[in-house]
Amino acid sequence: MSALPPYATTGQRAWYYSFRVICGLVFFFLIAPIVVIIPLSFNAQDFFTFTPEMLRLDPEGYSLKHYRDFFSNDSWQSAMWNSLKIAPMATIVSVTFGTLAAIGLSQPHVPFRRAIMAILISPMIVPLIISAAGMYFFYSRIGLQGTYVGVVLAHAALGIPFVIITVTATLVGFDRSLTRAAANMGADPVTTFFRVQMPLILPGVISGGLFAFITSFDEVVVVLFVGSAGQKTLPWQMFIGLREQISPTILAVATLLVAISIMLLATVEMLRRRSERLRGMSPS
Amino acid sequence: MSDITQSGPVLAADGRPLKRSLARALRMQKLRALLLIAPLLLFILVTFILPVADMLFRSVENRIVQDTLPRTVEVLADWDPASGQLPEEAAFAALAADLKEAANVKTHTKVAKRLNYENPGLSSVFRKSGRKVKNWDIANDGPFREKLIELNDGWGDVELWRTIKTYSGTFTSGYFLNAVDMRLGAEGPEVRPENERIYNTMLIRTMRMSLIITFSCIMLGYPVAWILANLPTRQANLLMILVLLPFWTSLLVRTSAWKILLQQQGVINDTLVWIGLVDDANRLVLINNELGTIIAMTHILLPFMILPMYSVMQTINPSYLRAAKSLGATDWTAFWRVYFPQTVPGIGAGSILVFILAVGYYITPALVGGTKGTFISNLIAYHISTSGNWGLGAALGAILLAVVLALYWVYDKIVGIDNVKLG
Repeated sequence: MSALPPYATTGQRAWYYSFRVICGLVFFFLIAPIVVIIPLSFNAQDFFTFTPEMLRLDPEGYSLKHYRDFFSNDSWQSAMWNSLKIAPMATIVSVTFGTLAAIGLSQPHVPFRRAIMAILISPMIVPLIISAAGMYFFYSRIGLQGTYVGVVLAHAALGIPFVIITVTATLVGFDRSLTRAAANMGADPVTTFFRVQMPLILPGVISGGLFAFITSFDEVVVVLFVGSAGQKTLPWQMFIGLREQISPTILAVATLLVAISIMLLATVEMLRRRSERLRGMSPS
Repeated sequence: MSDITQSGPVLAADGRPLKRSLARALRMQKLRALLLIAPLLLFILVTFILPVADMLFRSVENRIVQDTLPRTVEVLADWDPASGQLPEEAAFAALAADLKEAANVKTHTKVAKRLNYENPGLSSVFRKSGRKVKNWDIANDGPFREKLIELNDGWGDVELWRTIKTYSGTFTSGYFLNAVDMRLGAEGPEVRPENERIYNTMLIRTMRMSLIITFSCIMLGYPVAWILANLPTRQANLLMILVLLPFWTSLLVRTSAWKILLQQQGVINDTLVWIGLVDDANRLVLINNELGTIIAMTHILLPFMILPMYSVMQTINPSYLRAAKSLGATDWTAFWRVYFPQTVPGIGAGSILVFILAVGYYITPALVGGTKGTFISNLIAYHISTSGNWGLGAALGAILLAVVLALYWVYDKIVGIDNVKLG
């Protein structure tokens, strides 16, 4: 439908434009809820709706008080630091194991490849509540329930499918003759990996890492069960806030999280385009 | 080495038969691949697969009755509950001995709780009696039949003894029967009375709402995927951001956005009142019901529908449509008979993915669903963390997991699990 032909009938014209309106409405539905909370977070009142002052664009109607509250409130601050302590560790664990396994899975002959793949992807498919309940019982038994290590391990497991999917997708375009060439010139497998293969698949690894990071950073069900008060993360604090008494500080937190998502999305898109460009250049 | 003949096996440079040499190289390659995968496989096994298996095992495990009341279980083995008669004195004596022992280490409350799931009211009989029996002298105080019934007339109820006997095995199907609103009666499994049936309703509601959500995602996602696939790349990439941004935004952010927008004093109701579509006195109830869950979850899962549809539609050659039209098809016929059938794989892939994710959802229904819009996951969470009936929670979880895994298997068959696209 790239363009409306000049001979289109009135009916076709009407459909052409109404179809665009329908699509526009769906795009609006997708993005509006996220956009709306941004101005609301600058509300000077403790309301969750636009005040008359805000609608008049009166500067009196806007303030940073919810942001001040977020940065001065102890429970929000400790939640933020907990999130920042857990997510990077979980990311490192899942990227390390995940990249290694993805390289293994991309070898030409892997026995039981399908079954192994299904197992490794399963944390993404199994309903979170089941994973959470299972981890709660099992980790209590081995003394990991309510510990930092327990939460990191649980989040790492949840992030692994994303690393596997993105890194194997990058490895599809990897030219195997490069590793053979390196070996031919006397490089041992470890050197080959770090000096030849790793730099080339790095964009995929970073995207996988960002997916794993956001998975852990946004995760709430598993941490509710596996964590204890000492591991209360940002999403956990938001969940409590939403369920008990909802405070407008949540809007400020939500806006900050949207900003983080935009940054991560931009990075992933940049990396994807870069690796597509590289793939276009390398002979297959 | 010297007597190589034309008909002999082909040899490699080191003199071994080439076939064996190649097989060896292949074995090495397989081994290397497996060695690279092994650490992760082990990691997932310990941190994920074992915990889930451990939980599922709780749905059939039933050692507690046997462990706490060993003598009673042994004596009751010879008793026939169908006779309608109370068991012999020996059973009462065994029970008194077991109860005394259990009360001393305070495990009688646990077994009471376990049996109470199957026969409500049983808990108090055990608790009250436990306190008294603790001071009895088992060797000399008999006979216990009258003594126990005098202590609490619950012991004179054949039903109580039947419950103990029915649930004395190491494994039980009780939790699963409970999860589908049945119970072990005198003549095997039976359906619970009407007023005690909640789990089937919940399972059906979860399925029905997930289907509604999947269907709304198809209806909303199809036109968007189509326009993304047919616009020039530059414009399509820009619009793609509008799909990917919600995908990357925190689930809690999106849920809180909906919670705020859908409130009675929220932005949507305010706007509707302002336009004059809705009277200020009776603002729409959009949250804490099924509608709230459906709206919020459709929004959250929509990108998972659009992305697979988009990648299928991108591969469809536009000349097919032109060919259909030049052969005299109307716009609608050309779409319905030529274009649409080619997009079915995309719809299928997206639908299975959305449905799998929807049936297991917990957070969004818990926050915007109120009491009418909650899913089976919320009930599982309740049993695991609040009611303490872990076996029932595990049984419900096993049923949910079976549904999800069956769909996962179908997805793997038709789409291939490594073809999942993430943005």
